[in-house]
Amino acid sequence: MTKNESKGIWVFAEQRSGKLDRTPLELLGKAQELKNTTGEEVTAVLLGSGISALADTLAAHGADKVIIAEHENLASYSARPYQKVLSELCEKYKPSTFIFGATALGRDLAPRVMCSLGTGLTADAVDLGFDDEGAFVQTTPAFGGSLLAHIAIPELRPQMVTVRAHVFDVPEADESKKAEIIRESVEIEADPDYKVVELVEKVNTGVSINDADVLVAGGRGIKSQADLDMLREFASLIGGELACSRPLVDEGWLDHSLQIGQSGTTVKPKFIINFGISGSVQYIVGMQKSEKIVTVNTYDRADLFEISHYGAVMDYSKLLPAVIAEIKRRKQ
Amino acid sequence: MKILVFVKQVPDTTDVKLDPKTGNLNREGVQSIMNPLDCNAVEAALRLKEKHGGTVVAISMGPPQADDVLKKALAMGCDESVLLSDRAFGGADTLATGYVLSKAAEKIGDYDLLLFGRHASDGETAQTGPIVAAFLGIPQITLAESLEIEDGWAVAKRSTEDGTETVHAKLPALVTVCGEINEPRYATPINIMRALKKPRQVLDCAGLGADPAKCGSPGSPSVTKHLFEPKHEHVDTVMFTGDADEAAKQFVDMLEAQHLI
Amino acid sequence: MSMFKFTEEQLMIRDMVREFTKNEVEPRDKWMDENGFDYELHQKLCQAGLMGIHLDEKYGGGGGDAVTSIIVIHEIAKGSASAALFLDANWLAADLILHHGTEAQKDKYLPQAAQGKIFAFGLTEASGGSDAAAIKSTVVRAEDGGWIMNGGKAWITNSGVADYYVILAKTDPDAGNKGISAFIVPKETEGLFIGKFEDKMGMRGSATCELSFNDMHLPADALLGELGKGFKYAMEALDGARISIGAIAAGLSEHAMTIAKNYANERICFGKPIGKFQGIQFKFADMAAEIRAMELMTYDTAAMKAAGMRHTLEAAETKLFAGTHCTQICLECQQVLGGNGYSKEFHVERFTRDAKLLEIGEGTNEILRMLIGGTVLAQK
Repeated sequence: MTKNESKGIWVFAEQRSGKLDRTPLELLGKAQELKNTTGEEVTAVLLGSGISALADTLAAHGADKVIIAEHENLASYSARPYQKVLSELCEKYKPSTFIFGATALGRDLAPRVMCSLGTGLTADAVDLGFDDEGAFVQTTPAFGGSLLAHIAIPELRPQMVTVRAHVFDVPEADESKKAEIIRESVEIEADPDYKVVELVEKVNTGVSINDADVLVAGGRGIKSQADLDMLREFASLIGGELACSRPLVDEGWLDHSLQIGQSGTTVKPKFIINFGISGSVQYIVGMQKSEKIVTVNTYDRADLFEISHYGAVMDYSKLLPAVIAEIKRRKQ
Repeated sequence: MKILVFVKQVPDTTDVKLDPKTGNLNREGVQSIMNPLDCNAVEAALRLKEKHGGTVVAISMGPPQADDVLKKALAMGCDESVLLSDRAFGGADTLATGYVLSKAAEKIGDYDLLLFGRHASDGETAQTGPIVAAFLGIPQITLAESLEIEDGWAVAKRSTEDGTETVHAKLPALVTVCGEINEPRYATPINIMRALKKPRQVLDCAGLGADPAKCGSPGSPSVTKHLFEPKHEHVDTVMFTGDADEAAKQFVDMLEAQHLI
Repeated sequence: MSMFKFTEEQLMIRDMVREFTKNEVEPRDKWMDENGFDYELHQKLCQAGLMGIHLDEKYGGGGGDAVTSIIVIHEIAKGSASAALFLDANWLAADLILHHGTEAQKDKYLPQAAQGKIFAFGLTEASGGSDAAAIKSTVVRAEDGGWIMNGGKAWITNSGVADYYVILAKTDPDAGNKGISAFIVPKETEGLFIGKFEDKMGMRGSATCELSFNDMHLPADALLGELGKGFKYAMEALDGARISIGAIAAGLSEHAMTIAKNYANERICFGKPIGKFQGIQFKFADMAAEIRAMELMTYDTAAMKAAGMRHTLEAAETKLFAGTHCTQICLECQQVLGGNGYSKEFHVERFTRDAKLLEIGEGTNEILRMLIGGTVLAQK
């Protein structure tokens, strides 16, 4: 497809087990922002079975139109049927932009659709926008986040991109907004060669660091596992969750699900306090959008200080007991 | 069983810098290595071969020096290597790369399983595997954390946002593996010496029967407009000073002001 | 960078050992300093096929020549001098069997060496030291045609962890150097007593004990090579071991300099990195030149050995130069790090302790100077 024949911003409304998580909603918010520049309508594309009701949520978060393709063979995700349906919809409606969440599913599916359409796909973008010449560009990390690249897809359409979760805000829901609903009837075979035979659901161990408003993070400077208990105690005193940078996961002290950064989770809490973390590029990429950043480190040139609102050049193992004692004193 | 394992040569660093004058990647003093997750893919291939028999062919697209990673794959235990090297392949995005790799799979033929690392440490797109599967029209399992072959099906566990799935894909299939799947072996010296006697093939665009218009820059819909180092917004940091008790008081004052206690 | 020609295989082995060292060896060095010999690392070395790299393929070895072996020692020393010393001592003993053993002895012991059994070489005695020929341990014929050994050894690298010892003892007390013979002694031999681990200054990851032999009975086929040739074999073996010490010195020096270099580029003093000051730069100039010289001497001598040339003088020169400069380089690196150089946290302190051994073991600097000086002055 070429530039001139294509129009419209599409967002893949990923649902799993009939539920939308926040990622497609974040993408709709960003799509509305892009619309301000391009004037194109925002369309959410919803595949599944018995999921029509989700269209209201999508409308409330910024979808001008919702294309619904329902079929029992789309009930659970499988690459080839989803690839076929989405490619055919693109051929029919010719969107100019097609945005996916960089989720396990999005990363599995988007490249296959891109291949069917013979267009470009930018992976794992952390920002979307327009450059000085007005071209739509995707910002994507490379080399573990040490570098960022601006990628553009100049001629072919749709311009496809997967966007990392949690980099954009979920727009406020406006229940009064209604979207035009387009129901597509599809005939699709199930994939006989692919089956999900079992799903062991994640055991939910408290609030994930993704969703926490307050994080207390420890890094390479943490001297012992016993000190982690001190961080935990402090976290519970201020209503926060424990998180960490990579070395503590490598050390085997904490689970990977608590790791902030490029190879872990991107977080955007209201408040994050870093102990013994100097701030590798990979870590900073993963938390720089936090609203307030506090850093305690013995090294006065630690990179994290540059983006910190509060700081102390001090050994955490001296400061933290004093802080905990002071909090307890004031709470009495 | 015939397993094709795809490996990529990447710079050995996750802390690369740009040349301030040219804006290009500063590769001075940076060694090239096999993409770490591709080592896991090779290991996975070798373990399957040890269990089920067959051959493992290592394939890489790149300039002539990319042969180094193929030699490493052979030294780890792969049986043959194919280097896809042609000026026409230069400047490829993931679509053009996937096209060339899929042509190589077709040219080699009779494959049961294609293995990739989840992503390369330089571009980190994690796209090439699924694109190759799409070109070949075969099923795929991405993000595999385990992999077995049972009765002509690939069986793998993969982690998603919801939990751990067990999935089956009928061979021939393509699987991309995560680091959790195994610990790659070292190429032992004896295998290094044997590696250099194994068959190594080089194929160019014509040899692959590939369409030059679909390779390299001409076949790449996306372009990298520029590379840059992330800039952090500088903020004025309020420092807590004095001894531990004094700093702790200032610290807790701040926590109070932020309504955290 | 050097014009020294490595084969394609050697370059690949170098890269492999470099990766192995970075992942498996360097992270364990501090632990070994505090806790001693690391059996887990030994297992990793076995799995990676590095224990028997110097042995022929028919024994299950890696088929590497002297240069290849030195590459392995050099690269491993960049992560741990102790681990490199362990390999050196192991190969030194196993090589005596390779060069002088009967076919039966080779078939029995070398496949075990290739698979990772540990060997140790016992020459030095507490009262002998540098005067190696003044060996007091004795061996006499037993009635059953075997041998009875009495005496003891000191400072035996790998003792306490070795599966097999190659021990030198006097078979003819009146024949001087020519009355010394070599014997293969399995660790479980009755009459062999292994003392406590030495509480050493450095190289603490390599095991060192005293050995004593109390009416230790050995079978007839324990004799290695010809009767009375033991001292000659030992001196030849030491020529090879001295090249290894050159490689350890070069690797350890590089390790120290790399840490000091990173520090000099990061540590800011008077508004700039200390590496911008001439006083620091000059240190690096000397260190870099000396390391390059060590490497060239080491590989050149290894190439002579691989080509079957006599290399007694060159090996002694290599060890003298490399050992001496390694200690100086480690001290200079500590100086670059200032107070941090004196702290265990920054590793270089440990390297200085490790380095000192290189001026003592396998021939002290003084013995080497006597050997080199005497040889040079006798040359026409």
